[in-house]
Amino acid sequence: MNIPETLDWMSVNRPALLALIRVLILVLPILILVPGFIWLERRLLSWMQDRIGPNRAGTFPKDFPIKFLRGKRTFGLLQPIADGVKLFFKEDITPASVDRLLYFLSPAVALFPAFALGGTLPWGPNWGPYQHLTPIWNAEIGILYMLAISSLGVYGVVLSGYSSNNKYSLLGGLRSAAQLISYELAMSVSLAAIVMASGSLRLQAIVEAQETPLWGVIPYAHNWFILTPFGFVAAIIFYICMIAETNRAPFDLPEAENEIIAGYHTEYSSMKFAVFFMGEYAAMFVFACLFSVVFLGGYNLPLNWVAISGENSVMAGLNYWLAPLTFLVKSLLVFSTFIWVRATLPRMRYDQLMALGWKNLLPAAVANFIVVAIWIMGSKAYGPQGGIVAYVGAALIVVALYFAVTRQTKAAKAFERRKVDLTEGDTPSPTRRSVELV
Amino acid sequence: MDINALLPTDMNGWAHLGIVGSLSGLAVLTAIGVVAFNSPIRSALSLVLNFFTLAFIYFSLGAELLGITQIVVYTGAIMVLFLFVIMLLNLSADDPSQYKRDAKPVFAGIIGLVVFGLLATAVLAPLKAINQISAPDRNEFNPIGWGSPQAVGKTLFTGYVWPFEMISLLLLVGIVGSILLARRKVTS
Repeated sequence: MNIPETLDWMSVNRPALLALIRVLILVLPILILVPGFIWLERRLLSWMQDRIGPNRAGTFPKDFPIKFLRGKRTFGLLQPIADGVKLFFKEDITPASVDRLLYFLSPAVALFPAFALGGTLPWGPNWGPYQHLTPIWNAEIGILYMLAISSLGVYGVVLSGYSSNNKYSLLGGLRSAAQLISYELAMSVSLAAIVMASGSLRLQAIVEAQETPLWGVIPYAHNWFILTPFGFVAAIIFYICMIAETNRAPFDLPEAENEIIAGYHTEYSSMKFAVFFMGEYAAMFVFACLFSVVFLGGYNLPLNWVAISGENSVMAGLNYWLAPLTFLVKSLLVFSTFIWVRATLPRMRYDQLMALGWKNLLPAAVANFIVVAIWIMGSKAYGPQGGIVAYVGAALIVVALYFAVTRQTKAAKAFERRKVDLTEGDTPSPTRRSVELV
Repeated sequence: MDINALLPTDMNGWAHLGIVGSLSGLAVLTAIGVVAFNSPIRSALSLVLNFFTLAFIYFSLGAELLGITQIVVYTGAIMVLFLFVIMLLNLSADDPSQYKRDAKPVFAGIIGLVVFGLLATAVLAPLKAINQISAPDRNEFNPIGWGSPQAVGKTLFTGYVWPFEMISLLLLVGIVGSILLARRKVTS
């Protein structure tokens, strides 16, 4: 397809200006979309909880100057703006004996990783006009950069919890930090399996590795990593870790209102709280973008239109020009599943949360990694068929090992499901007898 | 020593000197801040900034894998644990008025000056090519470069594979040992 190499003069003569444009192209849409995310969360969560959600803000009044718009509704789209105005005008309370420097710095420290996270995300292909506009830094270490910045997100939580001079905030902050560093490990190992399968840490190269035929044999579909067996396991592990990394339900014990009175951001009112809020939604969106890049094929349309209808066809052109829109739609779908999970699952207790991260997800991610390594070795030594045999064999061995190691004896199972009689009087009534499932 | 031979010759060299110089200055300031602050949490945060600046120095020298690993490991994990310990133990700032006057700062100052002299001699003596202290970019003779993950991985797993495996075993021994040492004694 003949797309002229525009923006070449800018990349040669004014590379710093082009870099600034790239940054603005990423950061401004995130800033503009944050109210949209707030609206989406409130309405979608409400619909899933069988209620309507805020839909009053934004109805045009009966004496509006433009006659056509009188009485028309906007379904609550102005509600986030109303929220922002409210937060702006609220009284900015600062507790008296906080550590002032850290207290005022920590919202900024919490916001910085949320926006810096998108530094290596590619929202368009690497040729034509898009190649100079994305990603901001086409680094060889692309995905490792995102893991590094997400590990800096711990500081915002820890510093805000400590500097609030409030023991519940400190406790919430330390708990949240422990949760974040535990789930970083499983996240990194699950991504490492994908990196091995695609051969490079560069996110652009990971998207290009997904443009090959599906499973190696079906030429009309893309090889999205979520459709491959190892990628599916890695996607589930990465998805759970993503929810834990952004402190979303069911992993939101550190900021739950009925548990710890909002945890690390208790003492922050008005705009400082708005900064935390904004940082959380921005981080969720960028993580959703990372999920769609690594597992859902990035900026490509679902079927391989270049293979189906040739390189210069209408669909291949649409595949190129609609790349940012496809990327946005995929990320919004993943974002909506975050809200869906929040509406569905109850909050996890802290020891359950840590046990899940260390005892279930990390071994699963490492086992997936080993199986992918054996598959690559097998296919290098014996060709693709030998690779599949090696993969299936290794997967069976791993699953058998898992069941052998974690098998409970009959006595332990019976003890876990014993019936406990909670009635202590001598008039046992049927309604007071309960079965305790420990 | 001819000072004109040490200065950079073109704009690229001056820009590089500016970047490396200011990053190094920030690194030195934060390192001094680690020992100069009274409150331990300010010292720990100063060390966090120091590691962050070191990572940027690595990036400016072309060693990107090393720089990003510095952020992930040091800034993202080790310093978080430092902060955990300081916050859990609730260490507060020292009170300088409780110290007795003795001769320790004088001796420390003399030894510090001696070390500074040694370092200055070691650094300034071979300083002839100040504009070329970065690893060269990839070119046609070296297609994978020096600081990229491909280059590090290739060297680590082919030429230095025995030391690599030995070091991983050593780390494993360290981890198991620290878990054993920190375990509570089970009283039966």
